[in-house]
Amino acid sequence: MTEIQAGTGAAGVAAPDQVPAIELDGVVKEYVSHGEVVQAVKGVSLAIGEGEFFSLLGPSGCGKTTSMRMIAGFEEPTRGVVRLHGQDVTNVPPNKRDVNMVFQSYALFPHMNVWDNVAFGLKRKKVSDDEVRSRVGEMLEIVDLVGREKRRPREMSGGQQQRVALARALVNRPRALLLDEPLGALDLKLRQHMQIELKRIQREVGITFVYVTHDQSEALTMSDRIAVMNDGLVEQLAGPREIYERPATKFVAGFIGTSNLLSGVVRAMNGASAVLALGPEDRVVVPIKGSATEGDTVELTVRPEKITISTEQPEGDLSMVEGTVSEVVYLGTYNSYAVALAGGAEITVFQQNAHDSTTTAERGDTVWLSWQPQHSYALQ
Amino acid sequence: MRRLRAALTPYALIFPGGVWLAIFFVVPTVVMLSLSLQSGNVADGFVFTWNWQSYVDGLTNYHDQIIRSLVYGLAATLIQIVIGFPVAYWIAFKGGRHKSVYLFLLLLPFLVSFVLRTISWQFLLSDNGMLLGPLKNIGLLPGDFRVLATPFAVIGGLAYNFLPFMVLPIYVALERIDPRVLEAANDLYAGKFQTFLRVVLPLSLPGVFAGVLMTFVPASSDYVNASVLGGTNTTMIGNVIQNQYLVTQDYPTASALSFTLMALLLVGIFAYAKALGTEDVLEVAAR
Ligand SMILES: Nc1ncnc2c1ncn2[C@@H]1O[C@H](COP(=O)(O)OP(=O)(O)OP(=O)(O)O)[C@@H](O)[C@H]1O
Ligand SMILES: [Mg+2]
Repeated sequence: MTEIQAGTGAAGVAAPDQVPAIELDGVVKEYVSHGEVVQAVKGVSLAIGEGEFFSLLGPSGCGKTTSMRMIAGFEEPTRGVVRLHGQDVTNVPPNKRDVNMVFQSYALFPHMNVWDNVAFGLKRKKVSDDEVRSRVGEMLEIVDLVGREKRRPREMSGGQQQRVALARALVNRPRALLLDEPLGALDLKLRQHMQIELKRIQREVGITFVYVTHDQSEALTMSDRIAVMNDGLVEQLAGPREIYERPATKFVAGFIGTSNLLSGVVRAMNGASAVLALGPEDRVVVPIKGSATEGDTVELTVRPEKITISTEQPEGDLSMVEGTVSEVVYLGTYNSYAVALAGGAEITVFQQNAHDSTTTAERGDTVWLSWQPQHSYALQ
Repeated sequence: MRRLRAALTPYALIFPGGVWLAIFFVVPTVVMLSLSLQSGNVADGFVFTWNWQSYVDGLTNYHDQIIRSLVYGLAATLIQIVIGFPVAYWIAFKGGRHKSVYLFLLLLPFLVSFVLRTISWQFLLSDNGMLLGPLKNIGLLPGDFRVLATPFAVIGGLAYNFLPFMVLPIYVALERIDPRVLEAANDLYAGKFQTFLRVVLPLSLPGVFAGVLMTFVPASSDYVNASVLGGTNTTMIGNVIQNQYLVTQDYPTASALSFTLMALLLVGIFAYAKALGTEDVLEVAAR
């Protein structure tokens, strides 16, 4: 579950023969707090390709920040190795690593104006004055802050501070940029705007981005690949489409989007698919990656928008279950139904409001839910 | 009605403080100013005569003491920065969970009366006392060596007595620094020393600035240290004023000297604040 290597994701950018920009190899981080050992990261191995937009996604406390801080060099792993471009940097301090970080709270230098903030890294690297001038100017243009060079951080809005933080890191042309929930403090509209900006900037500069977020839609829209983390482990590492469409574990299915979980006992195997026993009239077929035998309990997931709701039993090679509508919610572009199955499970169904605003069923109606078997996935 | 209330609220809020200032600062200042321009003596009483002579006399007779006071105050302040900054730095960054304990320990001696503390230094430093006695007995120091009645004793006493007023503002400034900002500097290729020089130090300057004000002013107008630890060659202007008031009872001269000292300190503070207390200076320091 944790030992997922680069390249296994469908949208993997890293070619197998290329040296990855960033590698975590069996990395564990333990903290001792109040005499107790806390494992913040429990063994993460992953490889991030050159130029990739890579996201670490997961709920609060799952170890995203800790993982990122080990890449930046602020924390030393308890076990395991961190490599940047193939070089072991496990014990190299942050100022000697060719990666830069954008902090969640921005951490701008409060006593310096925008220009000096952005120029800080270059001056420490003893870049010539002329080059500092041209590179800082160029960078301020990219983040659209020309004319605000003399402002102090506290004289600027959150979005502007965010862009200073970005410029301050990017101006050094690091080999990778680490961003820890960089948009967390912004309101929704600005956040969406900055998401597009970040993507544009990343395309322009072509630098590897490692992006920490707990916002799944942000991760899905921006990333080339996503590592979904839970409780110090990587649950799934894949492209956004794969993560969304084919969640590998129950956790991923539950964390990303709305999904329905069903479980049933295998009645028969049919090639690479299992036929599950649910209700007497139900027929559920699900593709199985590994092996399963009759009598095993299998959990599967299916997205609400893949399900069709009908009052008649549908025809054809579909998976279908019968249930009772317990709730209908009108949500503008679509209706959401909650349908209770005989076994006690509740299924959510989204139905597009494509034609007129009438609903297929009302509360208390008995309905059939059906979907293509290939739209459901057995969970490991 | 509401607008009237809103307009009056600030005045209502400032009223208690304003009354306090009027009674305990403005009135005494005016009284002192008037006194400094009077002539006469205690027996016959003083009359207001626009008598500027007290200022002339004060300055001609006591300019040495005035200069000495400023020099001692400055020396004590510098010593306090040298001692106080590392202490504040250590408590703020290395104090961990026990910061408040360390701060309390720092303040502990200062719960004892100012005069008593100074007198105990007199015991410590006396010619054959706890410190010098043994050293002289084993021949490490010549028999006539002394610390008391020298400028060192007075400056040392001043530096010791006002130390918390230096440490606390610096501590507050350092404590307020976001550790992420230091990490950011470290991430942007600054090592420990560069981080200190470019980030910690400039961000601590407002604290140092406040600390200097809070120690230089009381130190240079102090008279306890010079009278307890000093001798005839270390007299400060505070001692002169005290003497003029209580012994000679030449109230006009004492008032004129007080005013002169106050004016000098005010001018000094304003010049200092103008030169150093601006954001630009802090910014230059960060380059
Ligand atoms: N310095 C520390 N000492 C002790 N425990 C820590 C320390 N830093 C982090 N932890 C613990 O390690 C776990 C992971 O923390 P981390 O900050 O990496 O989470 P995160 O995924 O970034 O969460 P969030 O989304 O809330 O920022 C948490 O349970 C946290 O309490
Ligand atoms: Mg975090």
